[in-house]
Amino acid sequence: MTSAGLTRDFLAAHDPHALAPLDFLRARFDAGLAWVQYPEGLGGLGLPREEQSAVDEAFTAAGAPDNNPRRIGIGLGMAAPTILRHGTDEQRHRWLRPLWTGEEVWCQLFSEPGAGSDLAGLATRAIRDDDGTGWVVDGQKVWTSMAHEARWAILIARTDPSVPKHQGITYFVLDMTAPGVEVRPLRQATGEAEFNEVFLTGVRIPDTDRLGAVGEGWAVAQTTLMNERVAIGGGASPREGGVIGVVTDVWRKRPELRTPALHDALLRLWVEAEAARLTGTRLRQQMAVGQPGPEGSAAKLLFARLNQEISALELDLLGEEGLRHDEWTMRRPTVVDFAGRTAGYRYLRAKGNSIEGGTSEILRNIVAERVLGLPPEHRLDKDLAWKDLPK
Amino acid sequence: MTDLLYSDVEEELRASVRSLLADRAGFEAVLARIESPEPVDLKLWRALAVDLGVAGLPVPEAGGGAGASWRETSVVLEELGRAVAPVPFLGNSVLAVAALLGTSDPLLDAVAAGTRVATLAVPLSAGTLKTWTVTAEGDRLDGTVTSVVDAGVAEVLLVPTAAGLYAVEATDTERTPVVSFDLTRPLTDVTLRGVTGRLISADAAGTVERALRAGAALLASEQLGVAEWCLTTTVEYVKTRRQFARQVGSYQAIKHRLADLWVSVTEARAVARYAADCLATGDPDLPVAAALAQAFCSPVAVKAAEECVQLHGGIGFTWEHPAHLYLKRARSNAATFGSAASHRATLAGLVDLPA
Ligand SMILES: Cc1cc2nc3c(=O)[nH]c(=O)nc-3n(C[C@H](O)[C@H](O)[C@H](O)COP(=O)(O)OP(=O)(O)OC[C@H]3O[C@@H](n4cnc5c(N)ncnc54)[C@H](O)[C@@H]3O)c2cc1C
Repeated sequence: MTSAGLTRDFLAAHDPHALAPLDFLRARFDAGLAWVQYPEGLGGLGLPREEQSAVDEAFTAAGAPDNNPRRIGIGLGMAAPTILRHGTDEQRHRWLRPLWTGEEVWCQLFSEPGAGSDLAGLATRAIRDDDGTGWVVDGQKVWTSMAHEARWAILIARTDPSVPKHQGITYFVLDMTAPGVEVRPLRQATGEAEFNEVFLTGVRIPDTDRLGAVGEGWAVAQTTLMNERVAIGGGASPREGGVIGVVTDVWRKRPELRTPALHDALLRLWVEAEAARLTGTRLRQQMAVGQPGPEGSAAKLLFARLNQEISALELDLLGEEGLRHDEWTMRRPTVVDFAGRTAGYRYLRAKGNSIEGGTSEILRNIVAERVLGLPPEHRLDKDLAWKDLPK
Repeated sequence: MTDLLYSDVEEELRASVRSLLADRAGFEAVLARIESPEPVDLKLWRALAVDLGVAGLPVPEAGGGAGASWRETSVVLEELGRAVAPVPFLGNSVLAVAALLGTSDPLLDAVAAGTRVATLAVPLSAGTLKTWTVTAEGDRLDGTVTSVVDAGVAEVLLVPTAAGLYAVEATDTERTPVVSFDLTRPLTDVTLRGVTGRLISADAAGTVERALRAGAALLASEQLGVAEWCLTTTVEYVKTRRQFARQVGSYQAIKHRLADLWVSVTEARAVARYAADCLATGDPDLPVAAALAQAFCSPVAVKAAEECVQLHGGIGFTWEHPAHLYLKRARSNAATFGSAASHRATLAGLVDLPA
């Protein structure tokens, strides 16, 4: 049967208004209608990825509860594809369902104070525990979005300092409730703390929560990073679906703000936003099956630049209103929100878009080297053991 | 859903056009031809039109064409752009075919088969046209049209007047070659003095609008081809050229510029495919798609050609290097079927963003 037929049957058998939201979401996952491109038994049907949007639309039209994707973006966009690709069967069955239903929020413990763009230089250590059934982790992570909400984390740590940096890394899943995990808010330019510092002191991870082989963590992390770029930049949206829609709305409703110069600036950005949207659509058609390649970096680069330019235009348009702000209260939000609140918030939040998920400079390096085949950056760290690198 | 990818059939068509052009329209051949008395390569045109059968791709087989669609036409344009090939494809297979497709005129047969070259007598810069410089009294036509594409080699000219669209024999008109900025796309000024025309359609405005819109939508694919050639050629060059004992392509300032250009070209492909698909399927979004195609792809092609010149250094500024032909094509295309700015103004009306 087709995904459309299965969706119809499912909705006929499960009244979204009668069932508790969580029961409904679990049943939807079990019916393979969560992400149809995933295998059967893991929330999917093994169908082409592009069929998902029609399924989602049918559920929305029926008034079904959703899993609040802005709350669980890291789980959906980064942890899940990594677990699917590199996890054991047992790991997939244990983590994917509550991840998708939103019962369990995930965060990403990758960046460290000394390892941002140069992620592979990370210093957090994982050492085999005495009885050999697990690992003990010590170190500090930083900029960890949603760590304060998270039940699980994807974590990369150094398991062998005596080999070059890319080789000595292992990928783990960390229980955020384990003893020794301490999460402290980090306040952002927007005034609130979406991200955190995470201190790991003698935290024990059972070896069964390792993802991929020991020392193979960098390869596993590539799956996460490639998917992250698509997750940040490649979302499906209708015309004027992103921040451009916010500005066009202001333009249409407030003729008194219009000037000829702003008009052309707006039209230029409208054209660019529409081109970026079609590029995302084409990218999704290309990767209907399979993993995103480095082309996903294009979507992420565009998304960051456009969000920044469009939100700046909105402030230009608003004039005096742009001098005023709603509030600067320190909060710890429960969702990652790029478009919400005021023009000033949007402008500030967009500044993070060219840093999070790989800076725009690093993405350009990736495009230049992996897509265009240009020579790699000259580097001094490739063949040295991590422990011997200048720090 | 709009299909933004290339089908296998489209890829096969691309391969055969590309191999023909590699054989017959290499850069040396193009460079030698543009300053000769015959700047347009009619032998190459016949090979494309008759042997490969690409002159009237969207025309049904019963009407003399290939029974394919504008999508395939756009793929041919990508390849022609890549080679800056001097053939009358834009005038004949885009403008004339688009103008004749809506009519049931028998001329379509010969135009689609490539046996009679035709073009639409409008200034190539026109994005829209509502008034005409040629008048018709009965079937006698008088007036001048400047900067007409492919009129130098056309046998038939489709001439819009207030009384309708007329077909005239090109040899009955006075044709003055223009020194064109784009040497691979020579333009011609056409003067008619009491020339006899045959009425093809009473609705010149509607026909011309349809043809210019098809032109705007499809020119984006040619611009994509130009941009792709410039990007690929430049990337190859900076990989081999060495200064300061390393490849110039290893400098980050260069890598980042080329990465940005690659992103723009990737976007241009999605935008051009969208326009071609909307044209092929008669999508109601076609007016937006066509205006978007020009507003976006025009500057990308120009940027790609400018980067190509700059990143080649001195050699890129020479007549012997192909870069200048692409720069001239890209620049001329930016003023063809309306500027990017005029298409943005069109979009303002279409998507309800008034000044
Ligand atoms: C809002 C937000 C949310 C985030 N969420 C998370 C999260 O949930 N989990 C997580 O692990 N991380 C997260 N991050 C961290 C993010 O991934 C890093 O900040 C980012 O990778 C950059 O690292 P850095 O901050 O150390 O900057 P640095 O790497 O020190 O970069 C400083 C500057 O140098 C440039 N630079 C560095 N190397 C090069 C080079 N080779 N060539 C050219 N330029 C270079 C950079 O582009 C940048 O402009 C988040 C960041 C932000 C802003």
